[in-house]
Amino acid sequence: MPNATLKQLSLQLAQKKISSTELTQFHLDRIARLNPGLNAFVTVDAARSLAQARAADAQIAAGKAQPLTGIPVAHKDIFCAKGWLTTCGSKILANFVSPYDAHVVERLNAAGAVILGRTNMDEFAMGSSSETCFWGPVRNPWDRTRVPGGSSGGSAAAVAARMAPAAIGTDTGGSIRQPSALSGICGLKPTYGVVSRYGMIAFASSLDQGGPMAKSAEDLALMLNVMAGFDARDSTSLERPVEDYTRLLDASPAGDRAQPLGGLRIGVPKEYFGAGLDSDVGAAVEAALAQFEKLGAKRVAISLPNSALSVPAYYVIAPAEASSNLSRFDGVRYGYRAPDYTDLADMYRKSRAQGFGAEVKRRILIGTYVLSHGYYDAYYLKAQKIRRLIAQDYVQAYGQCDLIMGPTSPSVAFGLGAKASDPVQMYLNDIYTVSANLAGLPAMSIPCGFGEGNMPVGLHLVGNYFAEANMLNAAHRYQLATDWHLRQPAGVE
Amino acid sequence: MDWETVIGIETHAQLSTVSKIFSGAATRFGAAPNVQACAVDIALPGVLPVLNRAAVEKAVRFGLAVNASINPRSVFARKNYFYPDLPKGYQISQYELPVVKGGSLLILVKDGEKTVRLTRAHLEEDAGKSLHEDFHGMSGIDLNRAGTPLLEIVTEPDMRSAEEAVAYAKALHALVRWIGICDGNMQEGSFRCDANVSVRPKGSAVLGTRCEIKNLNSFRFLEEAVNYEVRRQIELIADGGRVVQETRLYDPDKKETRSMRSKEDAHDYRYFPDPDLLPLAISAESIEQIRSELPELPQAKRERYMHEFELSAYDAGVLISSREVAEFYENLIRALGGGYKLAASWITGELFGALKRAGLEISQSQVSSVQLAELLQRIQNNAINGKQAKEVFDAMWNGEGDAEAIILARGLTQISDAGELEEVIDRVLAANSKSVEEYKAGKEKAFNALVGQAMKATRGKGNPAQINEILKKKLAS
Repeated sequence: MPNATLKQLSLQLAQKKISSTELTQFHLDRIARLNPGLNAFVTVDAARSLAQARAADAQIAAGKAQPLTGIPVAHKDIFCAKGWLTTCGSKILANFVSPYDAHVVERLNAAGAVILGRTNMDEFAMGSSSETCFWGPVRNPWDRTRVPGGSSGGSAAAVAARMAPAAIGTDTGGSIRQPSALSGICGLKPTYGVVSRYGMIAFASSLDQGGPMAKSAEDLALMLNVMAGFDARDSTSLERPVEDYTRLLDASPAGDRAQPLGGLRIGVPKEYFGAGLDSDVGAAVEAALAQFEKLGAKRVAISLPNSALSVPAYYVIAPAEASSNLSRFDGVRYGYRAPDYTDLADMYRKSRAQGFGAEVKRRILIGTYVLSHGYYDAYYLKAQKIRRLIAQDYVQAYGQCDLIMGPTSPSVAFGLGAKASDPVQMYLNDIYTVSANLAGLPAMSIPCGFGEGNMPVGLHLVGNYFAEANMLNAAHRYQLATDWHLRQPAGVE
Repeated sequence: MDWETVIGIETHAQLSTVSKIFSGAATRFGAAPNVQACAVDIALPGVLPVLNRAAVEKAVRFGLAVNASINPRSVFARKNYFYPDLPKGYQISQYELPVVKGGSLLILVKDGEKTVRLTRAHLEEDAGKSLHEDFHGMSGIDLNRAGTPLLEIVTEPDMRSAEEAVAYAKALHALVRWIGICDGNMQEGSFRCDANVSVRPKGSAVLGTRCEIKNLNSFRFLEEAVNYEVRRQIELIADGGRVVQETRLYDPDKKETRSMRSKEDAHDYRYFPDPDLLPLAISAESIEQIRSELPELPQAKRERYMHEFELSAYDAGVLISSREVAEFYENLIRALGGGYKLAASWITGELFGALKRAGLEISQSQVSSVQLAELLQRIQNNAINGKQAKEVFDAMWNGEGDAEAIILARGLTQISDAGELEEVIDRVLAANSKSVEEYKAGKEKAFNALVGQAMKATRGKGNPAQINEILKKKLAS
C-alpha cells in the first residue's frame, strides 16, 4: 500500500477494499514510526485527520466520491488551514492557529482529501535545505545525514518515506522542485497565477506558486486538477477555463506506439551543462534525455543567454518583496511577542530579533537594502529588467522547442550543515530552477536516476505558459518506460 | 522686508464607498472597535488585497471634475513603515504613477477668482487608530478605519495666504461632496488637510524651506495654523535663524504649531510596486461612462446662473456653495416658472438667515422649495407685498401651514385696487402738506416719508410699487 499511486488508492477506496479511515490510520502509523528520525512533520493531529477521513468515508458510501476523496495529503506548514497550527517554520508564528483556510486547502477539503498533517519547511520558505526550520532540520529519507532539499523539504521527505501518498508545497525559486529532486519524488510548480496564493503565507509575492508533490506525474496531475482554479481573492489568480490535467495521460498516442512522444521537441540549454554541474547528475540527466529520444522526442540545442543572471536577479527581487511581506510579523496582533520590552520600538526590535531566524533576517536586510533610497534603481529596478530579459530568453527558446529539460539541481543531496555557513553556495542550488519563477513558467522535477552515494537525481522540465498538461504527459510517458519514480529509500518499508 | 507666503495643500478625502479599498469589510463610521476589521484588514498571514472598483470610479470622477488627465495605467505601491495601527507594516498607496494627474480648481478670494493647480490625486488606504487613553499605560488599536479608501489630492504651491488656503480647502470640500465621492465630515476625519508652508522675500523666485503641518481637520485650524506658521517662520528668519524642513502639528488649544519630526528622522519608505496587485487599468470607455454620469459641476452652474439668469457673481457663487443649495434653487425656479432673481434673493436672504438662526443645513429647511414657490408666486402676482411675504415666510418656518392658509388666516391681502389706493393717498397728501412742500422744494427724502405714511394708512397692505407710481403722478400734477 505505501507505494500505491493516487489512482490506485482512489480505486481501492471506491471499491471499498479499504476505507479512508484505514488509509489515514495507516499513514499516521507510518508517521509515528518514521517521523522521529526524519522530522518531516511538525504537526500531526490524528483525531482531526481521522474525523475528516470518516467524513470522506461517508461521502464514498453516499456515492459522492471525487478522485481525491479519502486520500490523505500532507500540507506544507505555509498553507493556512482553519484550526491547524500554521507556523511557516518560524518561531514568530509558533503559536499561530489559523482562523481560515487557504484557497488550496479549501479546494482539497471540498474534494474530500484528508489533511494528514503539517510538514516542516525552511523558515518562511527561505532555504534550499530545510535546515532553517525553527522546528529543527528535516532529514533525507535516502540518507539521514543529508538534507532533503528545501524549502518544501518536509513534504518531499514525507512522500519519499511513504508517510504520505501526496503532499502540497510552494515554490518561489525551486522550493518544490529542488527538494523533489533531492528526495527522489515528483513535484510541479504551475504557471504563475494557476494556483491561488490566498492563504499561502507570502515569501515573494510575484514568484510564489503552490503546487503538488507526489510519486508520479499522473498523481501530480490528479492533485493539480483540485489545486488549480480561479480565486477572486487573489488579484494575480488567472481566470481561465477549467482544465483537466490528466486528459493526455490515458490517450493512446497517435502513430508509433513505441514512440508516444513523437514530434516533441526538447530544448536542452547549453548553459545548464557547464561548470558547476556535478558529473553524476549530468550523466543521469543525459541518460534521461536519451530515454526521451527513444520515446520519439527530438533533442534541440538551445541557449538561454541570460540564465547566469537569474540567481543574482532572484536574490534581489525575492528578498525585496520578502522584506515587505514579513513586516506584518511585528508582535502586535498575533504571533510571537518578546516578553520584555521598554517601549514600542523596543517591542518591535526584540520581537522580530527573537522571532526570526538568521536566514530570514539576512533576507530582510538584503531586501531592505535594495529597496532603500539611492539603491532602488541600481538593484531592484535593474533586477526587474533582467527578469524581463530572462522571460524573453524563454520566448525565443519556445520558438525552437516545446519543452526545456536539464538538471533540477547541480548536485545530489548534500550533507546536513555542509552549506549552512556559506549562503552563496546555498543560493547556487537554485541556479536551474529560479528562472522559471522569474518568467512565471510551469516547471517540474521527476526522478531520473541516482548519483553519488546512491542519492536520487532530478530531471527538470520547463514548459511554456499553461503547458502543464503537455509537460505532465511527457513525464508520464517517461515514467511508463522507466521505474526511477518507483524506487524508494531503504529503511522505510 | 516684505514677505510672501507660499502654500501647497495635500488633502486626504475618504471616499464614500460601502466597503474598504482592498477588502469587503464595511466602512461605516462609529462602530465598536475592530468589528469592521476582516482578515485582510488585520493582515493575517496569507491574506491578499483585492481592489474595490467603486473607489477607482470615485477617483476618476474627481479627476474629470477638475479637468485632470486620468492615467490609463496606474500602479499601486507599498509605502513601508512600522506602526501598530498599520497592520501590514506597509500602506498600499500610489507613488510614481497616480490615477489622476494635473487638473485645477477655481477658488473665490476677496480680489476675485484664482486658479489653484493640482499636481496629482492618488488612491490609498487609511490606517487604523491608536487609542492611548483608558488603557492604563498600554495602547489600544482599532482597525475599523484600516483600509478605508482615501483619495490624496495634492496641489502645486499656488496659494499665497491663509485666506487662499481656506478658500481652496472650502472649494475642494464643496466639490468632493458635490460629485458624491466624500461625505466631507471633518469631525469624523473624512476630509483632512496637510499644509506645506514656506515664506520668501517678496519678488524672490526661489521657494523657501517648507514645513508641513499635518492633519488639519477644520477650516479654522487650517487658517490659524498657517497664520501662526507664517509668523513663526518670518520671525525666525528675521532673527537670523533658518527654517528647518520638518513635519509639524497644530495645537488648537495653544494655537501654535510644534515640531513632530525633522527631515533627518524622516522614514525611507522604500516604495516599490505592490506585487499583490496588478497595475490599475482604466479604459477610455469607462472614463467616458463616468463622465456621462457626472452632475453639472459648480463652476459651470455658476456661469450659467450669471449668463442665463443674469444673477450677480455673488448670488451665483452663494447658490453653488453646495449641490443641495443649487438643487433647492433650481427646484424653486422650476416651480415658479422663472423668477430667477427673486428666487435667488429669497434663498440668499430670508432662507439662509432662517437656516443660520436655527443652525440647520438646507436639506433640513423648515420651508420646502415648493412651499417657498407658492409664497413667491403671490409676490409675483401682487397678491401680497414683500413685507407681508416675510411675515408669511416666518409663519411657514414656524409650521403654521402653507402660504395660502397663512395669508387667509392673517388677512394679508395686498391692496392693488388703484381707486382704493388713490383715495388713501389723497388723504395722506392732505394730512401731510409739509412733506408735500418739502418734496416740491427738492427734498427727495420727503417722498419716502409720504410712501411710509401711505403704507401705514393701508396697514402695510398697499402695493408699494403702485403707491410709488400714484404718489409720483399726484405730486407732479
